[in-house]
Amino acid sequence: MVNAVIDGKKVSVPENTPILEAARAAGIDIPTLCYYKDLNDIGACRVCVVEAEGCERLLTACNNAVEDGMVIHTDSPKARKARRMNVELILSRHDSSCTTCVRSGNCKLQSLANDLNITSVPFEKELPPAGGASVFPLQRDSSKCIKCFRCVQVCDKIQSVNIWDMTEQGPRADVGVSRAYSLEESDCALCGQCITHCPVGALYERDDTEKVLSAIDDPEKTVMFQIAPSIRTAWGEYFGLSADTADEQLLAAVLRRMGADYVFDTNFAADLTIMEEGSEFVEKLKRPEGEKFPLFTSCCPGWVRFLKAHYPEFTDNLSTAKSPQQMFGAVAKSYWAELTGTDPHNIFCVSVMPCVAKKHECALGSMNDACGDADVDVSLTTRELVRMIRAARIDPSAMEKQPLDRPLGTYTGAGNIFGASGGVMEAALRSAHFLVTGEDPDPDMFSEVRGMEGVKERVYDIAGRKIRTAVVNGLGNADKLLGALKSGKANYDFVEVMACPGGCVGGGGQPIHEGEFMAAKRAPVLYRQDKASSLRFSHKNPDVAKLYSDYLERPLSEKSHHLLHTDHHAWDMPV
Amino acid sequence: MSRSTLMNRGRAAASEEELYSGMERRLRSGQRGGCPAELALSFLHVCHAQSCGKCTPCRIGLGQLKSLIESVLEGKASENTLKLIESTAESIYLSADCAIGYGAAHIVLKSIKGFRDDYLEHIRHGRCVTGADRPIPCVGGCPAGVDIPGYVALVHEGRWGDAVQLIRKDNPFPAVCGLICEHPCEMHCRRGLVDDAVNIRGLKRFAVEHEGEARLPEKYPATGKKVAVVGAGPSGLTAAYYLSVMGHEVQVYEQRKLPGGMLRYGIPGYRLPREVLDSEIATLKRTGFEIVTDVSVGKDISLEKLRSENDAVYISIGAHTGQRLGIDGEDAEGVLSAVEMLRMIGDGERPDMKGCDCVVIGGGNVAMDVARSAVRLGAKSVTVAYRRRRADMTALAEEIEGAVADGCEILELHAPLRIEKDEKGSVSGIYLQPQIPGEIKNGRPTPVAADCAEVRIPCSRVIMAVGQGIDSAELAKEGISVSRGRVSADDSCAADKAEGVFAGGDCVTGPATVIRAIAAGKTAAANIDEYLGFEHEIKSDVELPEVRFSDDRPCGRVNMRERPAAERAKDFELMEYCMTEEEAHRESGRCLHCDRFGCGVFRGGRKEKW
Repeated sequence: MVNAVIDGKKVSVPENTPILEAARAAGIDIPTLCYYKDLNDIGACRVCVVEAEGCERLLTACNNAVEDGMVIHTDSPKARKARRMNVELILSRHDSSCTTCVRSGNCKLQSLANDLNITSVPFEKELPPAGGASVFPLQRDSSKCIKCFRCVQVCDKIQSVNIWDMTEQGPRADVGVSRAYSLEESDCALCGQCITHCPVGALYERDDTEKVLSAIDDPEKTVMFQIAPSIRTAWGEYFGLSADTADEQLLAAVLRRMGADYVFDTNFAADLTIMEEGSEFVEKLKRPEGEKFPLFTSCCPGWVRFLKAHYPEFTDNLSTAKSPQQMFGAVAKSYWAELTGTDPHNIFCVSVMPCVAKKHECALGSMNDACGDADVDVSLTTRELVRMIRAARIDPSAMEKQPLDRPLGTYTGAGNIFGASGGVMEAALRSAHFLVTGEDPDPDMFSEVRGMEGVKERVYDIAGRKIRTAVVNGLGNADKLLGALKSGKANYDFVEVMACPGGCVGGGGQPIHEGEFMAAKRAPVLYRQDKASSLRFSHKNPDVAKLYSDYLERPLSEKSHHLLHTDHHAWDMPV
Repeated sequence: MSRSTLMNRGRAAASEEELYSGMERRLRSGQRGGCPAELALSFLHVCHAQSCGKCTPCRIGLGQLKSLIESVLEGKASENTLKLIESTAESIYLSADCAIGYGAAHIVLKSIKGFRDDYLEHIRHGRCVTGADRPIPCVGGCPAGVDIPGYVALVHEGRWGDAVQLIRKDNPFPAVCGLICEHPCEMHCRRGLVDDAVNIRGLKRFAVEHEGEARLPEKYPATGKKVAVVGAGPSGLTAAYYLSVMGHEVQVYEQRKLPGGMLRYGIPGYRLPREVLDSEIATLKRTGFEIVTDVSVGKDISLEKLRSENDAVYISIGAHTGQRLGIDGEDAEGVLSAVEMLRMIGDGERPDMKGCDCVVIGGGNVAMDVARSAVRLGAKSVTVAYRRRRADMTALAEEIEGAVADGCEILELHAPLRIEKDEKGSVSGIYLQPQIPGEIKNGRPTPVAADCAEVRIPCSRVIMAVGQGIDSAELAKEGISVSRGRVSADDSCAADKAEGVFAGGDCVTGPATVIRAIAAGKTAAANIDEYLGFEHEIKSDVELPEVRFSDDRPCGRVNMRERPAAERAKDFELMEYCMTEEEAHRESGRCLHCDRFGCGVFRGGRKEKW
């Protein structure tokens, strides 16, 4: 332990404790900007500078440890002036168009400048060019970037995708795409973690809300929404509503108020995915000769992009089953269109996803199996959804919950848990057990695959067959796992991968909470709902069963193959 | 008004001087590898500030050049802009009245020629070719990439053994390098921006002398693969060491009586005592490799046989043949090459120089080594004759000063003409032609014969230190690709068109430094390991201390002290003193820890394994 004095307060902390942590533990707040706990402590912004007695120059609190006998002043005139000046300098190179910024009200720099009572900047404002307009789902505005390099760090350290790097230097130092000249040409997985780690509005998703509004305004169009599992854990956060209040039923009411004709649930398609992917896996197990193991889940497009870019030799290990988003669109514009006598070309299918990569997935040329149009027209992130609700001046807290539409809004608890790491594996194993043994297992039999741990390995015995499973979240962990598979150091039968840490609940399209790991808080909501469901097996979804009996015949049928499966070789990375 | 006034240095003039010397220091110690266009622009700003403004090319032209380069950096330029920059610079160079203008234009032209790719990258893609991955200055300067801030921090903490162990991760010769490394790491040490580079070599030596029992890394399990190393110099032994640690079986073949290569047969004992070398080699051998001496590959054993009996071969035969000038009388008794002389000393057969007048021809470190050895062998006088100026010598300044202090005479601007023999065929004198410095080519002036009479220096020994060659003829006969005497290998040390054969060190690069030879051995070890199908990682388990913030106020550098010249010139004992503990603590505290502050905390700070 070392003893020191911070702002007159005696502190005693373990050796090598950063000044910032020691101060916060003592109830003293030191402002930070570039710092991100356990990810970025490079001391780039120089906002957290403090004065230590005996030192002429100031030191950063984020990455300097408390030393025995230190007497620290966090707000001495020297520290205060330098901190303020550094924020002013950053502002002189930051496009402070807060009024038109997606991060206004949720911006670390904005709140910092406000908190420090900075009402004017003594320097001339000189902004780098924002960067050309692009249609890529991930967008970057250089004139807002404050060079904290958090995006570089999260892309390197957590995701191992390494698409961002420090480009140029000195006065022109910037964040740019590494090994390529544009994001389009890069190996970006589109996980969106750089967006959720950006303290300002420099990184954001392409805004597709206007396309949705135009469709709503078009009397010819039947506009339907599908809501991804993890949306119900997060969409109410902005409005200060708990997940119990802001569930999918309240969202259905809100969307209908905005003009949606139908509100369905991606959970329905998640159950359908289990039927297809689960059957695919069981078939593989029955006839393992010539089959590639492990089978990889394919519902996460960030993961699919990553695998195709970094380990293309494993492309055939991906399940050919489409993701729930795409299965939904394909069924909506075929089965549902026939069922209701709607012209599929007039259906406008909108998905609400916790994800940026879904925007790319739904635009793939190979995802137009129902009627020739894109099966899903627009994919919105949770943040875009929230912006649409706000723009429509709707107060969700004043609304009554409404049931979802049927049949594509019917789901089981198994489909619901798709939004958390381990959920797809658990749901698949529940149904695989049934498919192999003809009996339903205890629905909680596979609950060990839940949780935020990066890699979860479990072996399950199903009818005497050992199933070696791995559940991975975060692309950095996926990278390690693929490396181990490649070198023969690991062997599995079935592997679930979700690109974002914690799964979709921590998705790159979810609401941003500075410095907080939200996945751990959101995932339990899904499991609570699953536990409370009367139906907890995908194969028990009555409307999915009806879809098969009336239309698709059975899992892996020819029609199923046409509508619900895809060729992962149909496109290349980078696209 | 007085007819004449004294020029007094006012405060402004003094500040100007301070500014200039600060700039000089900054440029000298500055980070290399930055954006060349940005650097050219900054340079132009300085040049333009120096312009008096009388003439058009300088006053307006330099300004226009600035704007043009700025437009390149801002991504607003086209390839035509680059042409305009070139023609503008060309025109300024041709038409400016004084050096302020044409000198500036000359450098800009050079920068565009040298960095055309970078300019084009800015024009076409709006970015720089230089990446963010710039190692910190000292580590980037060290060919072997030794973790310098790491071991300096350990020295500061008094963890000397740990410091040496950390060095061994990248360089298995800490004792040798602590004494004789040319320390390119110190060249761009960022501490130079504050006062002066850290004495990195001195700290290494201190750590080694206080290491205690040498700790070697744990060996990987035996792989069953066999590697032959040809040549037991620093490069070969480095490869042998790392390959042994990786679990391969290594046999080293050495043609001389003892291992060490140029460390033994090129560097005199007063700089590198034999006991230090022997004990370092003994330490390396603890990893299990064998050295057979007195075996010449190509003569006593064929390379073909080595290739067939081993899974890989590393050739590191060095550059051990002395070159001659081809002047009259070079065959006289008493004329010898530096290589021959140092080899005899290495084998313990000290040539008799007692009472001799010696003339050494050459201006490199080897010339200084033989000159100072001649003093120690009892020569009556030693004259180092060099055809260029003393300032143009390639020897380190401290070596030249040391030689002078030892009693050697430096005779600059004298080129050898012929050697005079007496009736018995022995050297009796040497004729030299005085030179004057001529046009500068490749950074050094070409000597030109001065319009005056030749000079005769009476002497009984002439030592030729005019370069070394590589004895690669036997290898060439066995199918190894050789170009101008040098073994052809790429930068992964893979020999040209010879499966499983690697080569590195002086025999590939020509005579270079110990640390470059070590770096080649390390690179070869990594690539041989990979060639054999492995991915062994060389790392260190030493935990580094937390780096503390400090104000880094200017503080003088601790330089190495030497034994008094009058005493040291009489023997071959080590002439340099080690730092004291107090000095090592102070000096290690001067490290600015670029691994932890500045960009190092984000990019390029530390490579923990290889």
